[in-house]
Amino acid sequence: MATIELINVEKKFGTSYAVKPMNMTIHSGEFVVLLGPSGCGKTTTLRMISGLEAVTDGQILFDGKDVTWLHPSDRDIAFVFQFFALYSHMTARENIAFPLQAQGESRDNIRQRVEDVAKMLRIEHLLTARPGGLSGGDQQRVALARALVRRPAAFLMDEPLGALDAEFRESMRAEIKRLHIEQNATTVYVTHDQIEAMAMGDRVVVMSAAVVQQNGTPAEVYHDPSNLFVARFIGSPGMNLIKGHYVEGKITLPGDNRYVVPADWQTAIHEAIGHEGDIILGFRPEAAHLSETGPIATNVYTSDLHGSYTMLHLELNRDTLVNVRAGRGTSYPIGTPTRFDLDPTMVRFFDPTTEAAIRKGGNQ
Amino acid sequence: MSSITLQNITKGFGEKTALNDLSLTIQDQEFFVLLGPTGAGKTTTLRVIAGLEKQDSGDVLFDGNSMAGAVPAERDVAFVFQQYSLYPNMSVFDNLAFPLRSPLRKLPKGEIEHRVKSAAEKLRITHLLERKTAKLSGGEMQRVSIGRAIVREPRVYLMDEPLSNLDAKLRESLRIELVHLQKTQGSTTVFVTHDQIEALTMAQRIAVLDEGHILQVGTPHEIYDAPATTFVATLVGTPRINLVQASRQDGRVFVKDSSVRLPPPTGIDIPNDFLLGVRPEDVRPTSNGEFTGKIVLTEPLGVETIVHIRSGENNLTSLVPGITPISVGDEVRFDIVRERLHYFQPNGKRIMAAAAYSK
Repeated sequence: MATIELINVEKKFGTSYAVKPMNMTIHSGEFVVLLGPSGCGKTTTLRMISGLEAVTDGQILFDGKDVTWLHPSDRDIAFVFQFFALYSHMTARENIAFPLQAQGESRDNIRQRVEDVAKMLRIEHLLTARPGGLSGGDQQRVALARALVRRPAAFLMDEPLGALDAEFRESMRAEIKRLHIEQNATTVYVTHDQIEAMAMGDRVVVMSAAVVQQNGTPAEVYHDPSNLFVARFIGSPGMNLIKGHYVEGKITLPGDNRYVVPADWQTAIHEAIGHEGDIILGFRPEAAHLSETGPIATNVYTSDLHGSYTMLHLELNRDTLVNVRAGRGTSYPIGTPTRFDLDPTMVRFFDPTTEAAIRKGGNQ
Repeated sequence: MSSITLQNITKGFGEKTALNDLSLTIQDQEFFVLLGPTGAGKTTTLRVIAGLEKQDSGDVLFDGNSMAGAVPAERDVAFVFQQYSLYPNMSVFDNLAFPLRSPLRKLPKGEIEHRVKSAAEKLRITHLLERKTAKLSGGEMQRVSIGRAIVREPRVYLMDEPLSNLDAKLRESLRIELVHLQKTQGSTTVFVTHDQIEALTMAQRIAVLDEGHILQVGTPHEIYDAPATTFVATLVGTPRINLVQASRQDGRVFVKDSSVRLPPPTGIDIPNDFLLGVRPEDVRPTSNGEFTGKIVLTEPLGVETIVHIRSGENNLTSLVPGITPISVGDEVRFDIVRERLHYFQPNGKRIMAAAAYSK
């Protein structure tokens, strides 16, 4: 399995950047997800790694070897797309075996490997069927098997689950990750679905507007987003972000609320914005807990059950709604006055001018 | 606003039965969701209520009065579709005013302006009123479509997957607005969706449909906590409910091919072989748990982590808060919340408490 390095790789179409110069190392055996909205540059990045798209500038290394100008077929990679193309006149077994036959593997070896991969994906019973007789999900399993049977240096996957329905996507997501754990193959996976990215990635690379916004573990991008974009994009719903005005340890928030900043944050805030200035307070819905003595006063805008929990939507004023996670038993009629407090270890602060997170110990 | 009653509605298209003897009552001012997979009969039900489709047999009543023979316009319902059909060259204001300017209504100009402005205010699109609709985002267009239904002040709102074309974040915010609007206006709304989260979060009551039949009608809590069949149990809740084969031997419940042994439930009769349902949040890893298993996969979602536990030959899905330190390969102990177990017949029907039978 290969380590993949991108060194100042960039892509321009005409004068506009599809990917601005980026540096990234994907370690051998790692599962890295490129995440972002459409047009952010994630697929272009994947296609440059594969060789399907030429770089405008920069270098791509596989295990230290420069592959920047190698043909895709010489890079020893397997590609899985959202829209899979199986040969309709061949059985599932023949489809899966096809890339091995093309490599000139021995018959026994081919049979063994097809059976191994079919077992992993639980499609042994489908091997004699033709694609036309399979459901969409089973077809995607066969397509996945055809990619996995090859044991390449790296797997590159472009929204392979995007065309599947929600329920099946969830189970395939788990299967792909379990396969990864068994095979430990270097994998670069592109998606616009943050849940998929969080659930699958050893690391998540969040992209927007042709730029990498953050490259971190799921815990890092969730708890310590580097900027407002990442804070909003990760999480369902995203982080609550409230505009306020900071003066010497206190923030004035909409609806005439005051929030006292935890003491351990004050130095960092003073370094970033000074002793007075506009600031954005960020917290996840589970960082807030309802409390009659809580510092932030709101009214219930609406509340809804999500099965195992209730999400409250609370109004600080007409323009500011926050999401607060509460227990299942909670039911609050619209308009009920409600106060909440915040877990001091789970509050975050952002500079509204730069949109960057304020970090304790300064910005890296 | 009106209540709606469907009495023994049957509707076929050629050989195919779309609705099979369907009866239900939607209360005045209720937010009622029809939930089911493609082909369940949800949209047909909506179209029968609107009068766009005529049932083969059965009756539709508004406030107790039969709608037989009433054409769609006379029923005074407002439809909101997944595909918004706005007039692209008209401003948002004119799009909203359009249904009110119909010669049949003869509304004075001041009244039209008042209704348009008040709908725009409710939907937070006042700043867009002068804009041409072609220049709007998908979320804004759907707000205008909903606004066009609101200005009419109809007896009933019928909404057919109105949020399905929007991206996840927009869908979420419009969902909140719709619920707030419905509750503050007290409008009778029938909302069709295949998305269980939408159904749980928006409905006062849900009817779960499959193949033209109603499987269950209940509040979101009832549907989630006491699903009538395994179909309903797996349709609602994410990650999906664990369903495992179980049997009763020597007065104890055995989960097949695993170390899980439970005392029998009290108050209900279970057969020798049955299906046991356990919601993922009711499988709880804990250091002194009664059962053992091995972690085969973890999926950190941020607010919680999906943990896949292999116990014997079964995989159990568990949902734990936060990003857990538990990792693949760990041997863990776990508990199962007894009070929240679900028992189903081998044919998928929920086994009710003895008391519930007599009701």
